[in-house]
Amino acid sequence: MTTSTLPLAPKDFASDQEVRWCPGCGDYAILKALQKTLADLEARPESTVFVSGIGCSSRFPYYMSTYGFHTIHGRAPAIATGLKLANPDLDVWVITGDGDGFSIGGNHLLHVLRRNVDLQIVLFNNEIYGLTKGQVSPTSRVGTKSPTSPRGSVAHPLNPVAVALGAGARFVGRAIDIDQKRLIGVLTAAQQHRGASFVEIFQNCVVYNDNVFADFTDRATATDTQLHVEHGKPMRYGADGNRGLRIKPGTLQLESIVVGADGITDDDVLVHDQTDKTLAGLLGALKPPEFPEVLGVLYDNPAESYESQIVPKETADQHTPLNDLIRAGRTWSVT
Amino acid sequence: MSTTAPTHDRTGTREVREAVVVRFAGDSGDGMQLTGSQFTLETALAGLDLTTFPDYPAEIRAPVGTTFGVSAFQIHFGSVDVKTAGDEIDVLVAMNPAALKVNLGNLRLGGIIVADSGSFGDRNLAKAGYDANPLEDNTLAPYQVIRLDVTQLTMNAVESFGLSKKEALRCRNMWALGLMLWMYDRDRTATTSWLAKKFASRETLAQANIAAINAGHAYGETAELSGNLTGYRVADADLPPGEYRTISGTEALVWGLVSGLRSAGIPRLVFGSYPITPASPVLHSLATMRDLGVITFQAEDEIAAVCSAIGASYGGALGVTSSSGPGIALKTEAIGLAVSAELPLIILNMQRAGPSTGLPTKTEQSDLFQAVYGRNGDTPVAVLAAATSTDCFEVGREAVRLATKYMTPVILLSDGYLANAAEPWLLPDLDGLETWPVRFHTDPEGFEPFRRDPVTLARPWAVPGTPGLMHRIGGIEKQDGTGHISYDPDNHQTMTDVRAAKIAGIADDVPPQAVALGEDTGRLAVVGWGSTFGPINKGVERARAKGQAVSHVHLRYLNPFPANLGTLLGNFERILVPEMNNGQLVTMLRSTFLVPAEPLTKVTGQPFKISEIEAAIDAALESQP
Repeated sequence: MTTSTLPLAPKDFASDQEVRWCPGCGDYAILKALQKTLADLEARPESTVFVSGIGCSSRFPYYMSTYGFHTIHGRAPAIATGLKLANPDLDVWVITGDGDGFSIGGNHLLHVLRRNVDLQIVLFNNEIYGLTKGQVSPTSRVGTKSPTSPRGSVAHPLNPVAVALGAGARFVGRAIDIDQKRLIGVLTAAQQHRGASFVEIFQNCVVYNDNVFADFTDRATATDTQLHVEHGKPMRYGADGNRGLRIKPGTLQLESIVVGADGITDDDVLVHDQTDKTLAGLLGALKPPEFPEVLGVLYDNPAESYESQIVPKETADQHTPLNDLIRAGRTWSVT
Repeated sequence: MSTTAPTHDRTGTREVREAVVVRFAGDSGDGMQLTGSQFTLETALAGLDLTTFPDYPAEIRAPVGTTFGVSAFQIHFGSVDVKTAGDEIDVLVAMNPAALKVNLGNLRLGGIIVADSGSFGDRNLAKAGYDANPLEDNTLAPYQVIRLDVTQLTMNAVESFGLSKKEALRCRNMWALGLMLWMYDRDRTATTSWLAKKFASRETLAQANIAAINAGHAYGETAELSGNLTGYRVADADLPPGEYRTISGTEALVWGLVSGLRSAGIPRLVFGSYPITPASPVLHSLATMRDLGVITFQAEDEIAAVCSAIGASYGGALGVTSSSGPGIALKTEAIGLAVSAELPLIILNMQRAGPSTGLPTKTEQSDLFQAVYGRNGDTPVAVLAAATSTDCFEVGREAVRLATKYMTPVILLSDGYLANAAEPWLLPDLDGLETWPVRFHTDPEGFEPFRRDPVTLARPWAVPGTPGLMHRIGGIEKQDGTGHISYDPDNHQTMTDVRAAKIAGIADDVPPQAVALGEDTGRLAVVGWGSTFGPINKGVERARAKGQAVSHVHLRYLNPFPANLGTLLGNFERILVPEMNNGQLVTMLRSTFLVPAEPLTKVTGQPFKISEIEAAIDAALESQP
């Protein structure tokens, strides 16, 4: 494709390269969702760039018809930052994984969020190293058996939402790879957020960590194990829609409640406020089975982005007389 | 502001000196760097040639009075061509016993010591490791010692300003400066106006410091009249006509980059860097140049610094990063990515003594192998080195030209000495310099990201935002032409060969190697690179004055070597390679050209002395090959 006549269809965002993920990998679903997101947003391929590090997820740019840069392990946020400093008008997506983003590249992820560079950072979390054949990752649950932890891992996983919020992220969203409609909703909100946005996608690795998220992705029980938040709406879930969250009286903790039981009414259900960072932190920490997995836009509270404060709006005057500048200060003449 | 050299009408009364080395030494809190800088300014304004050598400890405020806390500033100035900071000190200004102890070894026999006797109390003597006061025994018998209670004299001079004792004592350096300005017949105006500006918000401090300078100066005049002190005269240097300023290697390098950016017609330079000694001043300087299209980014680490520069180059800006050896090591993997993705990138290495943390504030040239060879895979980059502070300007421009023309990383080697050393710069006309405009690729017709220019072998620079050129690149091996991922064995051979050929081809695009001094044939070539230029050149000059058939060859291009270098070296019977490392260039020359090059190595953290080069030349010519 050499021209980009709008409107473009999702397939127009696919490159001519053969996709080489394992059959059944969750990455396929994410690829489709992002292609549709860009089509829906009427994005321009020439102004869109995907930057990735190393790992299964990081092959992503090759499969998009946009500009793409498959870089080195963990460094995509730093490269994307430089790209935005060169040209703030580009729409830049960083594609990373739990190993790439939180292990080898953890430092860069913290700082790109803290600086609030206007990027979408999409982290494919499969809780395992896939490309290197199945070692534990920083998000692997305690007890994960792998070639490097044959007796089960002992280190505690980090919580991506907690880390992102702690680093100062001003947009945090969460979605499931195969839940295309809601995934597109979160990706769209992330793209429209000015500043750094962080999206964690629960991505199933069929080879090395199959069904690790089944406790909340299993369709049979999903209504009881997933809570999809929307700004300004009560946080309700459950097969009958009668379950919800509230602040446990006398504490700073959330509790799961059933409307109609023990005198609990609709008014007791907490309403989601996506600008409330404390709430986002509480929601991000909830895990099944005691709680639902909270999905959607947990936090969205924009502030001025880094590059908009650093890069002048106008390109520099190429005619500023350098001769005058090198002569500023003390000079003397020899005759 | 422009001033012309003041003329002096002091006839006959002063002893004349051709060139002098003065070293101001004191505690790191004594303001020796400021004192030296101001003495340098007054000397430069008087029209003398000069070279400076700031020599300071890694500790910001080491314990007061200790030998390891001594900070010094050396200046070599003269009416003749001055190319080094000086082998031996003629005048040592010692503000405390530790400063005397550390620097005495480099004072020439018969040289002058100006010592602040007021700071030679028992406590300071003990801290410096003196059992007895060297000002009162025979320790200093081989030298001319001027004992002055600078501490008390300064207190007297500033008494009327009502300063605290601490503030008053901080004026000691200005008193000493005043005395030295008198001793070498220098003006004081530039310094007094600088002080007025520096302390604009505290006028009393400005006046006190100026009073201290004037008191030091007046003391000299009075003492001369009574025959206790001698003043000297150093005539103006015979510099080529034109307008001058003093400039350090760091400043020259920064202007070279900015000028190169302009010549390339690129609107923006993105400088990603992480603080490290002695490279941080580059970041400080560029941070003030936003109006010239420079965006600086203090990254979270060395890796992010180089990666931000790579991302910027990918986006159509000129990406530049800087560091010193340990930081360059961290950038290594990313430099490989820029080689593989074939993007312009400039990496500045202000070398310091290694290995590991080494000696952060001491100079060395031991990162040559790292620059040329230090990456995984066959990963060639262009490597340049600056020879003098002012040469940093030219080399900075050349790095921009090569990086953009060949779509390649260029490593520019400077070092701690060059970064800080200042010398007079004959200001060029920046509007009249050569340009080499970059052409960003825009034509979608037949576009392939790795379709090469047949001459330079450079791939097109096609930046995101350009319609119709969407493509994917990365660190995985690419098919020649299309840039698609390729695991084809023959293609990897082709791409490895073409990356090597592209860099090797630069040899035909740079000036043939010239001889810096002497004939292009003879008994001995002394071959150097980087900041050893001054001592080598002067050493060869002295050897030639003795009738020895010696030439000086100094390399700017270290990878690739200039096309004629092998032939040129073959014209000499012997080759001597002085380096501030354990023998790196000498190894490269031997392996590349199969010539019997011999090493002369020094890794003391101090530059070569001219006498060391001269002695090595004598030894080489006396011995049989």
